[in-house]
Amino acid sequence: MTTDNRRHALTRRDFATDQDVRWCPGCGNNAILAQMQKTLPELGVPRENIVIISGIGCSSRFPYYMNTYGIHSIHGRAPTLAMGLKCARPELLVWVVTGDGDGLAIGGNHFTHALRRNVDINILLFNNRIYGLTKGQYSPTSEPGTRTQSSPDGSIENPVNPVGVAIGSEASFIARTVDVFQQHCAGMLKRAAAHRGASLVEIAQNCIIFNDGAWSHLTDPDRRLEHVLYLEHGQPMRFGKQGEKGIRLNGLQPEVVDVATVGEENLLMHDEQAPEPTLAYLLSRMGPPDFPTPVGVFRALDKPVYSQQLMEQVHAAQAREPADLEALFRQGETWEIT
Amino acid sequence: MVDSSASTAGKSSETLDQVTILFCGDSGDGMQLTGTQMGTTSAICGNDVSTLPDYPAEIRAPAGSLGGVSAFQLHFASHEIHTPGDSPDVLVAMNPAALKIHLPRLLPGGILIADRDAFTVRNLEKAGYADNPLEDAAMGTRYRVHALPVTTLTLKVLESLDLKRSAKVRCKNFFALGLVYWLYDRPLEQSLTWIEKKFVRMPLVAEANRLALQAGYHYGETADAFSVQWRVPRTTGRQGTYRLVNGNEAAALGLVTAARLAGKPLVYSSYPITPASEILHSLSRWKHLDVRTIQAEDEIAAMGATIGAAYGGSLAATGTSGPGVCLKSEALNLAVMLELPLVVINVQRGGPSTGMPTRTEQADLLQAMFGRHGESPVPLLAPASPADCFTLAIEAMRIAVRHMTPVFILSEGFLANSSEPWRIPRLQDLEPIVVKHPTEPTGFQPYSRTPETLARPWVLPGTPGMEHRLGGLEKQPLTGNVSYAAADHETMCRLRADKIARIAGFIPDLEVAGHPQASLLVLGWGGSYGAIRTAVERLAEAGRPVACAQLRYLNPFPGNLGAVLARYKRVLVPELNHGQLALLLRARYLVDVQSMGKLQGQPFKVGEIEACIMEVLSDD
Repeated sequence: MTTDNRRHALTRRDFATDQDVRWCPGCGNNAILAQMQKTLPELGVPRENIVIISGIGCSSRFPYYMNTYGIHSIHGRAPTLAMGLKCARPELLVWVVTGDGDGLAIGGNHFTHALRRNVDINILLFNNRIYGLTKGQYSPTSEPGTRTQSSPDGSIENPVNPVGVAIGSEASFIARTVDVFQQHCAGMLKRAAAHRGASLVEIAQNCIIFNDGAWSHLTDPDRRLEHVLYLEHGQPMRFGKQGEKGIRLNGLQPEVVDVATVGEENLLMHDEQAPEPTLAYLLSRMGPPDFPTPVGVFRALDKPVYSQQLMEQVHAAQAREPADLEALFRQGETWEIT
Repeated sequence: MVDSSASTAGKSSETLDQVTILFCGDSGDGMQLTGTQMGTTSAICGNDVSTLPDYPAEIRAPAGSLGGVSAFQLHFASHEIHTPGDSPDVLVAMNPAALKIHLPRLLPGGILIADRDAFTVRNLEKAGYADNPLEDAAMGTRYRVHALPVTTLTLKVLESLDLKRSAKVRCKNFFALGLVYWLYDRPLEQSLTWIEKKFVRMPLVAEANRLALQAGYHYGETADAFSVQWRVPRTTGRQGTYRLVNGNEAAALGLVTAARLAGKPLVYSSYPITPASEILHSLSRWKHLDVRTIQAEDEIAAMGATIGAAYGGSLAATGTSGPGVCLKSEALNLAVMLELPLVVINVQRGGPSTGMPTRTEQADLLQAMFGRHGESPVPLLAPASPADCFTLAIEAMRIAVRHMTPVFILSEGFLANSSEPWRIPRLQDLEPIVVKHPTEPTGFQPYSRTPETLARPWVLPGTPGMEHRLGGLEKQPLTGNVSYAAADHETMCRLRADKIARIAGFIPDLEVAGHPQASLLVLGWGGSYGAIRTAVERLAEAGRPVACAQLRYLNPFPGNLGAVLARYKRVLVPELNHGQLALLLRARYLVDVQSMGKLQGQPFKVGEIEACIMEVLSDD
């Protein structure tokens, strides 16, 4: 008997594979996998129409644990395979799973261009600010001074901010979440899937072995509310245990203010659809020690979609001109030998 | 071979069986166009034709400089020909720099037509001439020199037209073309029609070019200096409809035809690179045939997108040149591991590194064969002529799909730019490419094998119940699950190798031509076909014991290659590299082949191969 996805509503079990999950116990990837397996059945997309393509690294083992179509490709190149697949099969729901090394170091070029082109794919970037699979070297998102196997005296590199890179790449959908924020993470995955065009979800993910606690300010129950700013479209930016703090713009600088003192009406309002990236960029720069870290949707814009435009050009050409290959053969000057 | 007869115009007419003309001038002089026009007209007149453009790498080199010289060589004949000709019989030089570069190639006694007006003090200086070579008395003893005021004559005939002087001067190439048309008794119709179409929105420019062309023709007819008109009769070729194609056009046509034969869209992803970009340009215009082109951000992305498209079930291909293949090799290895069907076209150019982008070479054979880590066999095909790029593009796709493997096509800069008549096929005469996508989930294993070919199933995303994961990690046979087990790696490496080796059972045997009692076999590959075949045919007709064969399948080799090699006392292998095929043949067949290498960025000349054959034969 064959599995027919259409006969029953899909559940998370339909998306689990028979492969043993080999991430370290306590790895943040497990939490993300759980959210993905929970979210995909809710999208209403047949399982066979979902493809997950990854690069190399701990995060890139992801496809092996998802019972969809999938490719575990090569280091940094997953977005390129996703682009080709989407041009061949625009109807498929294509995910790319990458990490801070895979997506921003070796694959930085493809990351940028996939977002810029607005190919209709969803990129999940698991950011643990370290190389895990190669046993702990600093990554493009590691803090300056990070001591690792390859930086025993502390990293002297300037880190990049994935959200900032995505803004610079003119991405049409940019979001951030945290591995253990179960509901929030699921919400961001759903928003990304629903977006038409390229989407980036940066997922702050904890590497328990080589960089444990890199995001503890966001995940410690005691500190979390002081450090996380939940972005909500059309809402004033408030955070803190009782939402008593807010963000206000002072000239071109954001500042943390007491809501009771300044009044909610004077807080910065979130607008994920702002046509200019100024607000999103300002938010992307916020983080410790002076600011909370924003999570949620930074940008969600309706922009022309590459894979769709490509097919529109194909269909327009087909409507204009018959698919006459022999006429193409005869283009230009011909002559007969009799 | 010259036949003389009297002509009515008081001029004599002689018959030739072949002519090679080299048109050269400054990049802005329109020499490519002039050559193409003469080539097309000659083909329409029933000659066999072979052309070779040679233009500078610089987009706009300084006017009049040696670096800015653009040339177009045209060989036409009343019999079958296979090369653009060794040395020109006729040189049309539009400025001193062009003369400086190309005069040494003109055959002794050949015709030189030069635009005297362009030989100014300044232009002579730029070309490095101390004195005007056209005034050198020795010139007239070596060549038949026609130093005409082409620019002045052109301006004069356009006197009454309301055009800028510079626009009028630009018509001088059509004056020269008209003169050449008269010299070889060619009708003007084809070029007149071309002018009409090209300048449909610029009637004055059309008129100027038309007048210049006709004036050049009449100049030949009336000027006393031209006393002989040459005729090159029709060839008796295979019946059919023909057009000229260069190798890149032919490759693009082949890819889109393969897609049609397979009933699939074509996805072609490529990064601009000389001399392969033209394939991308052509295919991007053919969207009505469901061709989807992607200009990728780099060579790696182009390769990745090709893999993704193949995974999705399109016919997928990418094209590049040597530097691009270097970048693609990691992703190509992924395609080997995923066992997906796709085609990589390498239009080879002079290397290493940036090397000589606009010059030809055959030095990427071993790169294609071995230039990936691990045991990574990939089939290699090498077209023998520009039109053969069409045939082998289809063949490459057929092999890719039937054997589930990436396939290399090793084209060459020479083939890419060189044109020859192509007998236009009828679609119904081409064998369909059979594609199977299993849809039955029961018993499905991603790495099961078709017994005959060892190909694995091409199951497409979107097929219910057959969800599976592929990856670059080593796998278990059958299931494709990740495995580092010793026996599994050994088995998988052998399976991947055997799968490619078995292709030998599906490709034609190597054919040998030449002297029936030959002791020497000249064995080439790819684009050297024309030069080798012409050299060997000439010598074999003269009774020399020499035969030739051309490899178009380089991995695996044709099944009879070992037996063919064993039949000859000596084997000579000419290649535009330092002996790469020779190395493979020695290793594979333990045959002591003699290597003839050339690395000058130019294709072989017939004379070079003849000389080398004579030298080898003289050792006996």
